[in-house]
Amino acid sequence: MSDQREKSMFLRLKDAERPAGEILRADNLVKRFEAVTAVDGASFSVHRGEIFGFLGPNGAGKTTTINLLTGLARPTSGTMYLEGREYTDHPKRAQGLMGIVPDESNLYDELDGFQNLAFCAALYGIDKTEREARSGALLEQFGLKQAGKRPFRAYSKGMKRKLTIAAGIIHRPKILFLDEPTTGIDVASARQIRSLIGELNRRGTTVFLTTHYIEEAERLCHRIAFIVDGRLVRIGSLEELMKEHQQETVLELAVHQAGAELADALRPRFPGYTVHRSDEHHLRLVSAGSIELLPLLKAVAEGGAEVTEARLIRPTLEEVFVRVTGIESGLMRQEREGKKK
Amino acid sequence: MSSWTAFRAIVAKDMKTYYLKPPNISWGLIFPFAWMLMFYLRSRTPLDIRELLPGVVSMSILFGTTSMLAVTITFERRSRSFERLLLAPLELSLLMLAKTGGAILFGMLNAFVPILVAAFVVDLSGVLWPAVIGSILLIAATSTFLGLFISVAVHEVFEAQTFSNFFRFPMLFLCGLFIPVSALPVFLRPLSFVLPLTYGADILKAAINGEGILPLWLSFPVLLLFGAGLFLFSLRNIKRKWVL
Repeated sequence: MSDQREKSMFLRLKDAERPAGEILRADNLVKRFEAVTAVDGASFSVHRGEIFGFLGPNGAGKTTTINLLTGLARPTSGTMYLEGREYTDHPKRAQGLMGIVPDESNLYDELDGFQNLAFCAALYGIDKTEREARSGALLEQFGLKQAGKRPFRAYSKGMKRKLTIAAGIIHRPKILFLDEPTTGIDVASARQIRSLIGELNRRGTTVFLTTHYIEEAERLCHRIAFIVDGRLVRIGSLEELMKEHQQETVLELAVHQAGAELADALRPRFPGYTVHRSDEHHLRLVSAGSIELLPLLKAVAEGGAEVTEARLIRPTLEEVFVRVTGIESGLMRQEREGKKK
Repeated sequence: MSSWTAFRAIVAKDMKTYYLKPPNISWGLIFPFAWMLMFYLRSRTPLDIRELLPGVVSMSILFGTTSMLAVTITFERRSRSFERLLLAPLELSLLMLAKTGGAILFGMLNAFVPILVAAFVVDLSGVLWPAVIGSILLIAATSTFLGLFISVAVHEVFEAQTFSNFFRFPMLFLCGLFIPVSALPVFLRPLSFVLPLTYGADILKAAINGEGILPLWLSFPVLLLFGAGLFLFSLRNIKRKWVL
């Protein structure tokens, strides 16, 4: 895949560019509300400079986990560490290092954009000159300079969400928590917000993100945790999650004139592979192990055809999610449509 | 002092966005006038403004603080902007002091409206000003903390208003503001002494007219205890109910 294509598909910082080490760790976090266990023994760590995603349906425990990590709720049991220091019983010690953007914009309707940002900066003890400078710079960075003097109540949903993210980073937190950042806003605004998140990450901000948009997690996150009924059922990078569930190797060859005779010629020469003819220009080879490309190309050439492209077919994150959680992706889609309404 | 910066910002924002708004300011001016006028029309005798002043001042503070704070906090909780404060690296006690600070200041400003008006019409010489100022501060604080207590108990803005009225209207008649406690039916008198405003109004009566029924050395500490008790009890409930 070319660098340019990768850049356009994935918005996050490249793995090689990320600093090492973990910034946040949760050990066996449990949260019970009377008879309901909202978070059930969640253990995970967030690495410095990464975008870590929590992917799960509504009611899976995503927001409760964020509330526990940020001090808005107290865990029933378990421990939490930020920058190597435990803060389970003293969240105020850690809150200065966190930026939090809830699933609904919660700034002040009566204040304008600039005043909202300056007020949020003041909550973190930033002095007047500095907070005014940062507020102006963030309005510019987020494309809200023109709207800076308008009251928050007059903002569109997308603008509100952008300003809320700006408010979450005005004190330059070590880690930014984003709870469903693109839920309930229009496609163009959601796209802008994903770009902003990617840009923040490329500038070095560690992001903890919850979402029930599978494609959002795929495009933004370095590592993803699947959460269902309060339990983390799988954690890993995209590659790890997909590799784990890639039970077979699938190779697709684009060829000039992929006639039935070409497929028939390949089958006896490669008995370990299953050869399908997808259409007149594509052959698909499936193997329980790896597929060696060079003998295959040679065999195709001997059959009088020319390979123009060879592509490994991987399972999508959606397929992996369905296999691991048993939740149909259609259900997630329905939920998000419902939430939009 | 980063906490001080946050504290000042919260008080200034609340004063600007909630309290120092034309409807609230006019309420602070009109309410004492309307009350004095009511007494004048009822008695049809020359009005003894100095005698009415402690009651009007107490009432102005009560109406400027209790429901205002209960409503603003409930409103912010409904819009979830209160979460932003809970997530700031500010100790909960300091945060709630900042949050109540605006209402306390507004209540004190309200109290000085009738005093200023009275200063133009009657001679206020002989008034014990330190006691007046001290009691105004403590009445404003306890009334505000009563509002805080209410805000922790309710979920909706209309509930905050209803619950505030449930407390403040009986207090107008039970705390000796305009009807002396001694003139109340005997079975109601014990109720007067479990309401903090009784002690605040009594200090004002003693300081302005020398007519208090309780010694200042008793009323001040009792008022202080009421204020601290309401604040600490509300803080405990906030920790239990709002930080789940």
